[in-house]
Amino acid sequence: MKGKGKFLTLFALLVYFFLIIPLIIITGAAFGTDEFLKFPPRGFSLKWLANIFKVEMFVRTFKISLEIAVLGTVLALLVGIPAAYGLSRYDFVGKNFLQGFFLSPVLVPGIVFGFSLLNFLVIKYEMPVYTSLLVGHTVIIMPYIIRVISSSLENFDYSIEEAAISLGASKLKTFFVIVLPNIASGVIAAFILAFINSFNNVPVSIFLTGPGISTLPIQMMSYVEYYFDPTIAALSVVLMAMTIILMFIIEKTLGLSYFTK
Amino acid sequence: MALLSLKDISVAYGKNVVLKNLNLDVEKGELVSLLGPSGCGKTTTLRLIGGFVEAKNGRFVFNGKDYTKIPVHKRNFGFVFQNYALFPHLTVFDNVAFGLKQRNIPKNEIKKRVMEILETVGLKDYADRSPRELSGGQKQRVALARALVIQPDLLLLDEPLSNLDAKLRVKMRLEIRKIQQEYNITAIYVTHDQEECFSISDRVAVMNNGVIEQLDTPQKIYNLPRTEFVANFVGFENFIELELEAKKIDGGFYKLKNSQRFKVTHFNGREDERYVKGAIRPEEIDILNEGGEKETNTLKGIIGISTFLGKHYQYVVETEVGRLLVNGSAHKRYVKGERVTLYFPEDKIVLV
Ligand SMILES: Nc1ncnc2c1ncn2[C@@H]1O[C@H](COP(=O)(O)OP(=O)(O)OP(=O)(O)O)[C@@H](O)[C@H]1O
Ligand SMILES: [Mg+2]
Repeated sequence: MKGKGKFLTLFALLVYFFLIIPLIIITGAAFGTDEFLKFPPRGFSLKWLANIFKVEMFVRTFKISLEIAVLGTVLALLVGIPAAYGLSRYDFVGKNFLQGFFLSPVLVPGIVFGFSLLNFLVIKYEMPVYTSLLVGHTVIIMPYIIRVISSSLENFDYSIEEAAISLGASKLKTFFVIVLPNIASGVIAAFILAFINSFNNVPVSIFLTGPGISTLPIQMMSYVEYYFDPTIAALSVVLMAMTIILMFIIEKTLGLSYFTK
Repeated sequence: MALLSLKDISVAYGKNVVLKNLNLDVEKGELVSLLGPSGCGKTTTLRLIGGFVEAKNGRFVFNGKDYTKIPVHKRNFGFVFQNYALFPHLTVFDNVAFGLKQRNIPKNEIKKRVMEILETVGLKDYADRSPRELSGGQKQRVALARALVIQPDLLLLDEPLSNLDAKLRVKMRLEIRKIQQEYNITAIYVTHDQEECFSISDRVAVMNNGVIEQLDTPQKIYNLPRTEFVANFVGFENFIELELEAKKIDGGFYKLKNSQRFKVTHFNGREDERYVKGAIRPEEIDILNEGGEKETNTLKGIIGISTFLGKHYQYVVETEVGRLLVNGSAHKRYVKGERVTLYFPEDKIVLV
């Protein structure tokens, strides 16, 4: 038993090591003085960090990514919250089908999904690139929203809503004054999770970017094709920090265990 | 006219018919309990009255108006749930005030009424607490206050005490009864605890399989059950098949399967039925000593398995008309195989 425990600890440490090594290398390179990604880095400078803002495409695509992630998440919440509510509170014909439908974007590979959106929205219906990017992102993050909101609703006893209705509140009012405040932490978690997913998405975005419109991850990919300086490492560190801060907020509002149970 | 009438109400979940042509009349100011085994449709009946469940057919008339199609939030009925169902994000005060806010009552009056009702349920000092910080009994008091403060036309309670411990249950049911009478509120109370039900109710509706088998005072239900199901439910363990032989002023004479004769004092409304069953509780049957013969109302039997129940022994006794349950004194234990004579007092047999 004891030997097994030791082995497991060692194994876990190894896994952590392999996960964390690239992060250390990237962080190191981001603050080094070398002109190329190198490890161990020499010296210390913030010039790569500053350089991010000199690359105009990074600034522009960062804004687009941010816009798409925020707008997409808000749209997905507007559709996803009522959908999750309907799925968890009502029984109707085709419920299982609808449940499957809402979750299907997680099951279909992103590339396939992106490619079909390109064919369908951009080529067939000639939708503007920006709009189709937004639609694509809204759809791929929908499953996360529905999953997280549904599990919040599952933990919220239906008789509490019935109590409110019996006291004279309409169903709609009950939803806003009783249900929503009690699933607020779930909504925050869903927002952040969806935001991170949208912001980091590559497989879908890659098909839905066009002239002048690109997202940050796509821009980063094309940047590394031509430049080898650590600007990209510095940018990665910034994004990492952003993700960590967001996860920290989730941890504080809900606990990460929320997603692992 | 009754305040509340359910007329031929049927409810089905999919193909599963849960209430079958149910009829119920409740008078103003009455507390009527719905009593019955699990799954018999008590909650469904209550939820139908509350408006949470739709009837497949039938009508619900309240105060002379057809309420069948009136939505829940327009009914002005107070609901107390088994699991309290307090609003977790609101304080005790705001929980209780919720219904009044929906009615656009001025703030200072809300405050007055909420504090008044909190005082009634003994929670005046808890107004600012969150529901998380309350015990089960206190939560149920808040739930009760929240339902009462809107001055409901009807109070509906679904096993409100079943999550509390035994002592608290007894205390709370007395309080509920007191408040209900003080405010002269008409109430329907679901429970499957017989003692609770009898102690709190003006009348009891015993339900079985989606129908009300008997609606009567607790005393009548307990002493004079009208159907075999009700009799069995309130502790009549023995049912003996009887055939009417002669009607007299002071009761009827019946023949048993083995041609023995029983006299029964009360007909229980079955004087015109030839074939009936005589129901009797185990504790009402006497075990006679050798030689203590009587002319009627006796049966010979052989003692079978016995169990000690504290106050007495309970025996399974094999007789010519079947297996009976009989309680005997705790001072003397009959042994298995012993031959005894059982005596069935004529005024303890209830015809069903
Ligand atoms: N939402 C529902 N969907 C399908 N069937 C239901 C539903 N609610 C209740 N039933 C069924 O209806 C029947 C009556 O249920 P009900 O809850 O009224 O019983 P009850 O008398 O309150 O029982 P208990 O004492 O266990 O609470 C049961 O057979 C139950 O399985
Ligand atoms: Mg029930």
